[in-house]
Amino acid sequence: MTTYRFKTPVSEEDVRKLRVGDIIYVSGTLVTARDEAHKRALEYYEEGKKLPVDFEGIALYHCGPIVKKVNDEWIAVAAGPTTSTRMDLFEAEFIEKFRVRIIIGKGGMGERTTEACKKYGAVYCAFIGGAAVLAANAIKRIKGVEWLDLGMPEALWIFEVENFGPLTVTIDSHGNNLHREVMSRVEANRDTIYKKLKLKG
Amino acid sequence: MSLVQKIEDTVVNLLRLAVTRLPKDVKDALKTAYEKEVDETAKTQLKAILDNIMLAEKTERPMCQDTGVIIFYVKVGNEFKELGKLPEILRTATIRATKEIPLRPNAVHPISQKNSGDNTGRYIPYINWEIIQGDFLEITAFPKGGGSENMSRLGMLKPGEGIDGMKKFVIDTVLHAGGQPCPPVILGVGIGGGADIAMKLAKKALLRPITERHEDPEIAKLEQELLEAVNESGIGPMGLGGRTTALGVNIEYAHRHPASYPVGVVVQCWAARRASARIYSDGAVEYLTHEVGEK
Ligand code: SF4
Repeated sequence: MTTYRFKTPVSEEDVRKLRVGDIIYVSGTLVTARDEAHKRALEYYEEGKKLPVDFEGIALYHCGPIVKKVNDEWIAVAAGPTTSTRMDLFEAEFIEKFRVRIIIGKGGMGERTTEACKKYGAVYCAFIGGAAVLAANAIKRIKGVEWLDLGMPEALWIFEVENFGPLTVTIDSHGNNLHREVMSRVEANRDTIYKKLKLKG
Repeated sequence: MSLVQKIEDTVVNLLRLAVTRLPKDVKDALKTAYEKEVDETAKTQLKAILDNIMLAEKTERPMCQDTGVIIFYVKVGNEFKELGKLPEILRTATIRATKEIPLRPNAVHPISQKNSGDNTGRYIPYINWEIIQGDFLEITAFPKGGGSENMSRLGMLKPGEGIDGMKKFVIDTVLHAGGQPCPPVILGVGIGGGADIAMKLAKKALLRPITERHEDPEIAKLEQELLEAVNESGIGPMGLGGRTTALGVNIEYAHRHPASYPVGVVVQCWAARRASARIYSDGAVEYLTHEVGEK
């Protein structure tokens, strides 16, 4: 288990060093995207339209933040992660098309995303669910927002962050998926627990 | 200041305390868990949760972006003045707290899907009443997060399955939830009564500090046994593995119908928010869950 500090843009080489269980802190550019933004970005790609943000090497954050405008400037009030499984529909393609290197969320992602991380060199990191203040504290500035027509939580928020973390690498670029591993261990523990409580399975 | 105003201010304060500062029993349990964990990943998660809590306290900001659906538990003395005005006061205080703290508006109409924008709506804030003797009022603010609530379950078990069936249902609920309810969790378990009663007792059980065991030694033993069993699961903080899946198991029970054995499990997340105060008819206020300096 190693701790890394990265500054965006992150290269494929950087990401390939990472193993499940490593901790990273990210500085630089973090862009939020939920279902709607993923969907639109892929539609833009299909239609050959230019995206308002270059995703290559930046960190993508599954988050619908609470932001407010103070004197013409956006401030992040709370920015905890949202459940990532909803983005499983789009993520493999997103990694392939836009070469995003670090994906941050909570709860983990599935097989297709794990495969794409392996194939194209990306990692998925878990951030503490609900840790809104910790996240907001690492956001130094909101550099911009795109696609605000999707609504505040669904828009692409471009954050400038400093030591955003701790992020636990739970899907690495070598085919490992910590969520999958833990869940199969948990399944195996079921019998032990039943036995201990003298229950019939 | 009028008594009505005093109650309203106190309730706003309770909501603020609840979302920005965890009660001592939960905070201590998280600290102990951090010290005891051997799994490095688990330690990292717990440390980050503790850092987040400290930062929330210091900056007076909600510890989690989901500030929950607003629930109150009210014990009101039969001689307490202003009894009839309480529902209105709690509503007004909720609207004020939503703006002032701020809280995330979490009251959505289930058919039109429209968010009321101020955390109030039909039956919301939800108020649980209890009438007691005396001239005081005890209010608990209990904002409940959605992610953990979604993992809650009701089981209408067969009486023949008995206590074993209950234990299995609790374990299966936790294993099914995995990392989704933001563990370490606290489990509220309600047994007996009926479908609604079991769920109500399960949630009410979460009001008891996790450091206190049930007064009935049999139930206390069950709480301890289930806590240890759940922590053998290996789910760990945020579902990334480790020994700390739950910080506590609190059980409450009611007598049951001979033909049914209802078991309710309400899952609470690490952001186990609650704040209580006692208000006397003469306007004196005593905070019960948090240390509060005189204002
Ligand atoms: S489950 Fe609890 S800690 Fe997690 S996001 Fe919801 S309210 Fe916050």
